[in-house]
Amino acid sequence: MASEYTTTEYIKHHLTNARMCSTDEGIVFNKACEDAGFWVWHVDTLGWSIGLGLLFLFIFRSVAKTATTGVPGKLQAFVEIIFDFVDSNVKSTFHGKSELIAPLALTIFVWVLLMNLMDLVPVDILPMIAGMVGEYGFGMDPHDVYMKAVPTTDLNLTFALALGVFILILFYSIKMKGFGGFTKELTMQPFNHPAFIPVNFILESVTLLARPLSLALRLFGNLYASELIFILIATIGLAQLPLHFIWAAFHILVLPLQAFVFMMLTIVYLSLACEKH
Amino acid sequence: MSINATLIGQLIAFAVFVYFCMKMVWPPLMAAIEDRQKTIADGLAAGERAEKDLELAQAKVSEQLKDAKTQAAEIIEQAKKRANQLVDEETQRGHSEREKIIAQGHAEIEAEKNRVKEELRKQVASLAIVGAQQILQREIDAQAQNDIVEKLVEEL
Repeated sequence: MASEYTTTEYIKHHLTNARMCSTDEGIVFNKACEDAGFWVWHVDTLGWSIGLGLLFLFIFRSVAKTATTGVPGKLQAFVEIIFDFVDSNVKSTFHGKSELIAPLALTIFVWVLLMNLMDLVPVDILPMIAGMVGEYGFGMDPHDVYMKAVPTTDLNLTFALALGVFILILFYSIKMKGFGGFTKELTMQPFNHPAFIPVNFILESVTLLARPLSLALRLFGNLYASELIFILIATIGLAQLPLHFIWAAFHILVLPLQAFVFMMLTIVYLSLACEKH
Repeated sequence: MSINATLIGQLIAFAVFVYFCMKMVWPPLMAAIEDRQKTIADGLAAGERAEKDLELAQAKVSEQLKDAKTQAAEIIEQAKKRANQLVDEETQRGHSEREKIIAQGHAEIEAEKNRVKEELRKQVASLAIVGAQQILQREIDAQAQNDIVEKLVEEL
């Protein structure tokens, strides 16, 4: 940890996003954006997530372009393992025919996994580099340069993913059941009687809305907590070395698991949306 | 920690990534994998077929070998039989030839004996006649006694 911080300041600094907004004075950053309201952009979240997404697409696209049907190279074999893993999960859960679900699941899995893996990067490195670049490159106060490098610890990102999935749930529900069928599903279950329509509607709406909400909050909560503990471990001096190792090793399991859970639940929700009762 | 415009940016990025993945990544990978699966399945089927063919061929070969063996045994048996038969026949023929030759020899000997006997008899008779003629020439006409001599010869 940088010595000029108190522990509270240190933790707070590490958990703050780099912000950007446009005000009357033009584009400003961080503390100047405190009063900007909704129109604030988390440039670190956006930068890392889009960069990692592009990395995923670049690797997979380059493999897809040169994919041989014969003996695959090592990179192609690796990509195909992931591909096959996602494909078999989609096929075992989603029984309809859709060109979208499988690529969606693949994108979610690999993208979220890459973003989660940023959690394993030692917590000080990226903020330190960013601080130095800010200080020596742009003459900023390094305390006012923020870099939260794990995009999945940003609620905006997890909610964006969940919202995307939620839009697809609505789209598939209406597409497969018709608008009437979808309305009926919301109002005639679980008690199939006209008198229960309001009760049913409340119950079913909660069910429906709980899906994206739980998706977003689960991913955010897990990653935020683990990042927080990484930061806490980083504050305890030399004893952090074995602790950090244990926590990081544990996250080799947790990070892919969270990505997998997000992907799997997406598939399950979409297959539920496509099912006719 | 608040929800802000980042959400919109991420939503757009998410949509673009999924769209790109759907159009540019998934189909070629799927095609490559399915193609390879087909190739492998074909190869396995071909291998299986070849194995079955080999098994069939081996069965055929062993059957033919067995046939050939029995045939060879049969031919050898026949040849042995034929050889025995030939030897028997030849022996038989030799025996009968010998018998025939011996019989012929006997017959020839017999004939010669008879002929010599006849000759001898004739000569004895003519000698007797000549003797008698010479004896009788002095006493009796040879012509008158000729029939008696002939009668004698016949009786010999």
